Amino acid sequence: MPATVTAEQVETVVYDALVELGPTRDQLTRDATFESLDVDSLDLAELSQVVEEHFGVRLKGDDVAKIKTVGDALDLIIARAA
Amino acid sequence: MTTTNGHEGCALVTGASRGIGAAVAAALAEDGWPVGIGYRSDEAGARRVAEAITAAGGTAAPVAGDVADPEAAPRIFDELEERFGPVLVLVNNAGVRADGLAVQLEDDEWQRVLETNLSAAFRLTRRAVGTMVRKRFGRVVNIASVVGPKANAGQANYAASKAGLIGFTRTVAVEVARRGVTVNAVAPGFIETDMTEDLPAGVLDAVPARRAGRPEDVAACVRFLASPQAAYVTGTTLTVDGGLSA
Repeated sequence: MPATVTAEQVETVVYDALVELGPTRDQLTRDATFESLDVDSLDLAELSQVVEEHFGVRLKGDDVAKIKTVGDALDLIIARAA
Repeated sequence: MTTTNGHEGCALVTGASRGIGAAVAAALAEDGWPVGIGYRSDEAGARRVAEAITAAGGTAAPVAGDVADPEAAPRIFDELEERFGPVLVLVNNAGVRADGLAVQLEDDEWQRVLETNLSAAFRLTRRAVGTMVRKRFGRVVNIASVVGPKANAGQANYAASKAGLIGFTRTVAVEVARRGVTVNAVAPGFIETDMTEDLPAGVLDAVPARRAGRPEDVAACVRFLASPQAAYVTGTTLTVDGGLSA
């Protein structure tokens, strides 16, 4: 895990992981909702594993339930990694 | 490691030093899976099972750990993953009994049975399924019992644990089905093992097949559920009881 996690690093990892799960790169904006991207709860559980591997940040089930947009996810991960 | 069945990973069978677990481990090894022989205290038994598999041309290694200990699951998985790669087949077989009428059961007898038979299966499954989902393949088989769906006086704790295991199986199956991961249960009836050697005489009169089952009867069902042919079978409980529940 890097000593200091930047917003750009989080965005890169999250976007790469989301593309693996189905959405195309140009669909990924901060305002895009996971519902509109057809990213479901199991996809978010997978994303949580990737995030934990890269940044040591553990997202629990109730964290994941609260995030609705890509921006929500980025902000939460950045805040936890700080 | 790449298995002879084309997967890169292995199988873990808990409680595999004897009885049903040992037979399941041997059957999965025959299908090309390197197998972790999970055991709590019977190291000699686990070694014998692993050696028999190796002698038959398979791959196996004993893996120590009391699954009732919440810290055991990560250790067991780390050890197996380092040796054989990800666990792609998990058979939750480890189980204990502490019988008595509910009115006389002690808290620790309740807790011990629930921890080993149900909570341990949850923790191991949680760990295994995370990887299986990302690999887009996995098989979880939980060894339940005909006791649970059906009453058996003197086994309220055991019945609760096994009924819980069946409910757990169905729900996890639904959660992960779209990732190529199946989760099923096998429910044995009277099977000739150390665990059933103290059954009262005459109990087999209630079994339509008029005999006790063998560990291999159960293993054959687990083997099927772990196979590619069972890819569309999930969330179900396969009863292996000689017709007892029919």
